[in-house]
Amino acid sequence: MEENYIKHQYAPILPEKDEWPVVKLARERKEFVKKVATLSEGRILDLIGKNPEILKEELETTLYREKLRIKQNPWDVDPDDEGPFWGEVKSKLLQIHTEVSGSKAKKLEAYQEVLRKITSRYSEEIASNFKASHYKFTRRVVTYGFSRLLNAARVKGFGSLFSNQFTLQDKIQITGQTAQLRELATKGTVVMVPTHFSNLDSVLIGWIISVLGMPPFIYGAGLNLFNISIFAYFMNALGAYKVDRRKKNMMYLETLKTYSKEAIQFGCHSLFFPGGTRSRSGIIESKLKLGLLSTAIEAQRANFQNGITDVSGKIFIVPVTINYHFVLEAPGLIQDYLSMTGQERYYKENDEFSTSYKISKFLFKFFTKGSDISVSIGSAMDVMGNYVDQEGKSLDKWGRVVNTQEYFMSNGKVTVDAQREEEYTQMLGKRIVEEFHKINRVFSSHLVAFVAFELIQAKNAKLDLFDLIRLPQEDLVLNYVEFKAACQRVLDQIFELKAQGKIDSAPHLNRPMDEIITHGLDNVGMYHAKRPLIKDAAGNLTTEDMSLLYFYHNRLHGYGLEKLF
Amino acid sequence: MGMALKNSSKSQPIGVIGVGSFGTAIANMLAEKNEVMVYARKQEVVEEINTQHSASGKILNPKIQATFSPEELCASCGVLFFMIPSAAFLEVTRTFAPFLHPYHLVIHGTKGLAVQLADGEEWDTLKKLRRKQILTMSEVIVQETLAVRVGCLAGPNISKELSDGQPAATVIASKYNEVIQEGQRLLRSEKFQVYGNSDIIGVELSGVLKNIIAIAAGALAGLGLGENAKGLLISRGIVEMAHLSKALGGTASSVMGLAGIGDLVTTCNSPDSRNFTVGFRLAKGESLSQIMASMEEVAEGVNTIRIVDAFLKTAGIRAPITENLHRVLFEDLSIEEALQFLMKYPFSVDVDFV
Repeated sequence: MEENYIKHQYAPILPEKDEWPVVKLARERKEFVKKVATLSEGRILDLIGKNPEILKEELETTLYREKLRIKQNPWDVDPDDEGPFWGEVKSKLLQIHTEVSGSKAKKLEAYQEVLRKITSRYSEEIASNFKASHYKFTRRVVTYGFSRLLNAARVKGFGSLFSNQFTLQDKIQITGQTAQLRELATKGTVVMVPTHFSNLDSVLIGWIISVLGMPPFIYGAGLNLFNISIFAYFMNALGAYKVDRRKKNMMYLETLKTYSKEAIQFGCHSLFFPGGTRSRSGIIESKLKLGLLSTAIEAQRANFQNGITDVSGKIFIVPVTINYHFVLEAPGLIQDYLSMTGQERYYKENDEFSTSYKISKFLFKFFTKGSDISVSIGSAMDVMGNYVDQEGKSLDKWGRVVNTQEYFMSNGKVTVDAQREEEYTQMLGKRIVEEFHKINRVFSSHLVAFVAFELIQAKNAKLDLFDLIRLPQEDLVLNYVEFKAACQRVLDQIFELKAQGKIDSAPHLNRPMDEIITHGLDNVGMYHAKRPLIKDAAGNLTTEDMSLLYFYHNRLHGYGLEKLF
Repeated sequence: MGMALKNSSKSQPIGVIGVGSFGTAIANMLAEKNEVMVYARKQEVVEEINTQHSASGKILNPKIQATFSPEELCASCGVLFFMIPSAAFLEVTRTFAPFLHPYHLVIHGTKGLAVQLADGEEWDTLKKLRRKQILTMSEVIVQETLAVRVGCLAGPNISKELSDGQPAATVIASKYNEVIQEGQRLLRSEKFQVYGNSDIIGVELSGVLKNIIAIAAGALAGLGLGENAKGLLISRGIVEMAHLSKALGGTASSVMGLAGIGDLVTTCNSPDSRNFTVGFRLAKGESLSQIMASMEEVAEGVNTIRIVDAFLKTAGIRAPITENLHRVLFEDLSIEEALQFLMKYPFSVDVDFV
């Protein structure tokens, strides 16, 4: 495949699966779920200042929202006893209202009991069902199945189905700081934060982690993925816990955060998609959802508080970008983006990655045709965004060792300051975004989509995005010579940025420009019914779907490349 | 390092860097409730403080100890007040950088902006600046050191009045509540009120931008104009400050506070201030180079006008007072012409930023 990509065989860093933190966690699942429920309860009580009236209000709000959700947006995966459970909560609240009178403490106690039921339910619901045997099985199936598909497609002739010439690593290249990641995973706790463009990311990352010889990471997977039974199996096998984005009530969010924090403190390597959901616009995440990220900071501080100041208590943040030529869900994503620009609040979670048939079709196409994916592993940072060395020591801009604990100290002690940690979370979010841009790997398809869209926009400078997308086909033709020249300008600038360490590029971008363009055109959104960019009979370029072109173009947003037009 | 020192927090002195008039006034106020350690660069100043309890003639509280070692100061103190002139800010910050830790709380009282030039750019010929190239003093600290919990001190605080014990107030701005609370705890007294603000950039900018308006106020006085003109200037000045502050990442509301209106009114009525003097002498017909030649330190407003004028070129907004002062200072426009221009400028709306 590409010139200078070397396939590695990575030995497992912890060969005995009994030593995997995720296995230990699974063994202690029951106690862990209980602990999370109790701690969440405590957190919520702290948040409301142990005031029974506020607690009552919060409980009522939660009840109202949950009832609404059950009625308006039910999913297959929802358990059957949801209705009865919330019905019971309702009657319990009513009962307390009418029967419990007198002291504040009594009321608080009564409401607290309801709260406990809710956090216990949520905690149980969120917790993963990891089983090591399933994990091994899944891993074998994925690797075996995928490589059969690959070889069937690429090695011609009889027996190709049993050829081992191609492995998954030919298809999915892993680049970047893999050695450091493996090293740090044996020393401390890793929190991996990848960009998120496709539902395939979850499976892909799971596979990457296993190829790199690391024990499974736990991660929050959208509950919608569990709607599809085959995915549910995969997810459970990969150690996923469940994140239900329909539940936005405070009690659920606090339980979720507690779960994540405790799991990190337990030593489980974790994975968050910090953008929250898939990037609708195709732009690399620039504003992160900070909720789960804050749990990494909390866990780090808690470790310091508990006196775990050596590297075993250290948490490493590892940004990862996943680079595609093709995102299966792109048409749906960009439509969402266009229709909800500026009004995200009214957006209803749906899942268009909906049937096993669609997925299988995609997977088959993916493995039998030549669309590549690359995964870039970024440099690890501490929770304050300082780079760390191979030993896990934090380094400042000048290479001096930094003691991360000192960020959490005042007057010589580690202190808890929620407001401070909120600021730290924002800082970390910014650093992750910076790193995403640095390790983002430009493909030929990103280049051609970017240039084509920018040229069309430049020719129609007075139109806004929505008018551009409605332009008639005949206004969307670009002269090849002009297009090629513009590609060269942008590519030169990309190489300049690369020399400054601000972006990365795939090796195929070192080919002659005509080849790059051909490669890009062949690959950009290759399986969409309407292609974002094609060559017409006269050799000029045109698009069949302007909004898709916009989507793929957005991958290069945020580098100031627009200024070249 | 310094675990033993960190643990004995009760007796930790408060660090003050810089013993100019403002630094001395703040050190004295801090010394009312705490041990204070000040930093001075020159050995003879350190000795003067430690033996005679004065700094260049200004009286210091006997509880104040001096050192010329940044390392000693950083190791002894958890809270540091940077009270240094803006021209020396970057250099002093870099001197302290090796000894500053993430646990330090740093509060600065410097009103100025720093500029980062790209390769090949020169300050003297510079015409355009992007926001990224402009640093407030807190941004300098964060960029140059490991300190993150940073705050600033701004407001109408004429050192002499503070030293005389007259009632006054200041604002401490920081993104971190703990910095604001610590600053309040250390400085608040019967005669000194301390407000908090989380918009540190807006507060720093208020203190910086008001110097532009102070130059204009001096010019009006130099032209012999009266109170109507001053009222006009202050109110239009606030509007301009609010727009500039927003464009540079602050909020308009901070301009309404002590660091903005509060400090602006004080400065526009202080004929002794350097910025006011520059404007006054300009109006009397002197050129900038003549004025600079006879002033010990550069009036900060002159730098600010250059930086903001260069920023306007990339920000796509207008700031008529700043632009016209820039033309007066650097392009031979006369003060009278600038005033005429401003009187004819089509301001149509009184207040358009709240």
